[in-house]
Amino acid sequence: MTLLEQFQLWLGGIWPDWAAYIVPGIVGILVVLGFVVISVIVFIWYERRLLGRFQIRLGPNRLGPEGIFQPLATALKILLKEDIVPAMGDKIIHWLAPVIVFVPVLMVFAVVPFGEKAILADLNVGIVYVVAISSVSAVGIYMAGWASNNKYALIAALRTVAQMVSYELPVVLAILGVVLMAGSMSMTQIVTAQTLPFIIFQPLGFVIFFLGTVAEMNRSPFDLLEADSEIVAGYHIEYSGMKFAMFYLGEYGHALAYACIISTLFLGGWQGPFLPPIIWLMIKVVAVFSVIVWMRATLPRLRVDQLMAFAWKGLLPMAIINLFIIAAEVLLLPEITPWIIVAMNFVFAGVLIVLWSKLFTLGGGRVEV
Amino acid sequence: MFDIVFWILALVTVGAALAVVILRDVFRAALSLVLLFLAIAVIYITLYADFLAVVQVLIYVGAISILIIVSIMLTREVWHGSPTGKLRIPAIVVSLLLLGTMVFTVINTNWETSGEPPLQPTTAAIGTSLFGEGGFILPVEITAVLLLAAVLGAIVLIREK
Repeated sequence: MTLLEQFQLWLGGIWPDWAAYIVPGIVGILVVLGFVVISVIVFIWYERRLLGRFQIRLGPNRLGPEGIFQPLATALKILLKEDIVPAMGDKIIHWLAPVIVFVPVLMVFAVVPFGEKAILADLNVGIVYVVAISSVSAVGIYMAGWASNNKYALIAALRTVAQMVSYELPVVLAILGVVLMAGSMSMTQIVTAQTLPFIIFQPLGFVIFFLGTVAEMNRSPFDLLEADSEIVAGYHIEYSGMKFAMFYLGEYGHALAYACIISTLFLGGWQGPFLPPIIWLMIKVVAVFSVIVWMRATLPRLRVDQLMAFAWKGLLPMAIINLFIIAAEVLLLPEITPWIIVAMNFVFAGVLIVLWSKLFTLGGGRVEV
Repeated sequence: MFDIVFWILALVTVGAALAVVILRDVFRAALSLVLLFLAIAVIYITLYADFLAVVQVLIYVGAISILIIVSIMLTREVWHGSPTGKLRIPAIVVSLLLLGTMVFTVINTNWETSGEPPLQPTTAAIGTSLFGEGGFILPVEITAVLLLAAVLGAIVLIREK
C-alpha cells in the first residue's frame, strides 16, 4: 500500500467519502508540481554553473550564495514580459500548446517511485505508461509550431515529429530488455528486482536508452528542433511571457522526468545503503543530469540526416540485437550466477558498439552515414 | 462516481467526434481526433483495462495522430481548410441511417454480462491468451509480417527511380 493510499484510508475515517476520494489526488498533484518546479529551478542553476565550469568561465554567481537565486530572477523577468500572440496564428491552439507540452511531463511523475511506498500510483503497466504519456508532448510541440504561423516554428515542429517517432523505437526496445529481466512492468517491482543495478546487467541497453531519451527530451546534441543557429529557437520562437516559461519548465521537467526514469530502470532507483531512499534517488538523478549537461557541453549538434541515420541504422539494430540477447539469457540461463551474464553482456556491448561505430566514420570533411 | 465520470467522458467523446467532422480547419479537426482518442483511453481505464488504455495512448495519440497531422501538412492548400463537397446532403443521410441502425442494434442486443470482478492485473492475462496454449500466436506473427510488407510496399511505391 502506497503512502497516498494510506492517507486516503486515514482521511476516509474522518471526512465524507467523496472528499476522501478527491483530496489525496489533489495533494498528490500539488506535491508533484512543487517537486518539479523546485527541482527545475535548482537544475537550471546547476546546469548554468556546470556549463560555466566546462567552458572555463564562472557562470551566474552574483545573486545569492553562488548565484542560487539567479533562476528565480530569470523566472520573474520571464513572467513580467508581455504575452505576444502572432496576428495570423491560430490563437486557441497557440494558447493550448504550452499546456499540452507541460502536463504530460507532470503525469510521468505519477509512476516514479521515490521510496518503497512513496509513489503516487503503482500502476502494473508503469513503464509503458511513461512511454505513452511522454509521446503526447510531441503533439504539443507540433501545435506550437503550427499555431505560430512561422516557417521556422513549423520546420522545428516537423523535425520534432521525425525525431520523437524515430527515437521512440530504440527506447521502447531497450525498456523491453529491462522488463524481461525484472519480470514486471510496474516501476516498484522493477526497482525491487534490481539486486544488482541493471546498468551492470545491460550496459548496451543502458547506452541505447540513455541516448534515446536524451534525443526524446530534445537536448543537445539532439536539439535540432530549437537549433538557435539555423531555425532561431524553433517552435517557441513566437512565445513570450508565461507561455514561454511553461515551455522552459516543460523542457527541464522532461529532463528531470527522464533522469528519474533512467535512475529507476538502470541505476537501482531508490535502493542504496545508509541514506534514505529519496536522497539516493536524487543523487542518481543529479548524476544522470550531470552526464547530460556534460554531453551538451562537449558534443556538437547533429545534422538532420545524421540524426535519422543514427536512430534507424545505429540505435535500432543494436536495440533489437540487445533485446534478443537478453531474451535468450533470461530464457536459457535462468539459474546461472549473475556475474557470468554480466561478463557476457559487457563483451557483447563492447563488440557491438565497436562494430557499429565503424558505420559512422568521419573523415576527409565528408560524413558517411 | 463512475456514472458521472462516464457521462462526462461520453459527452467529450461525442463532442470531439462531431468536431472532427464539422470543423472546417483541418488541423483543429486532427487535434479533436487526438482528444477523442484520449477520452476513449480514459473510458478503458474506468473499465479496468489499464494495459489497453496505455496502448491506446501510445499507438493512437503518440503515433497515428502524429502521422495524420504530418499527412495533413503534405496536402496542398491546407490553409483553405476542407473544401465543401457536393455530396453533403447524401452523406448526412447515409451517416444518419448508419447511426440509427447501430443505435437500434446496440439497444436491442441482449448483452451478456459477467458477474465476476474485473481481472487485475490484466497484462499477464492478455499475454497468456495471446501467446499461450491455444492462443493467437500465428495471427499475431502474420499481422506483423503483413504490416512489414505494407511498409516496404509504401517505400517501393514512392522511391525515386
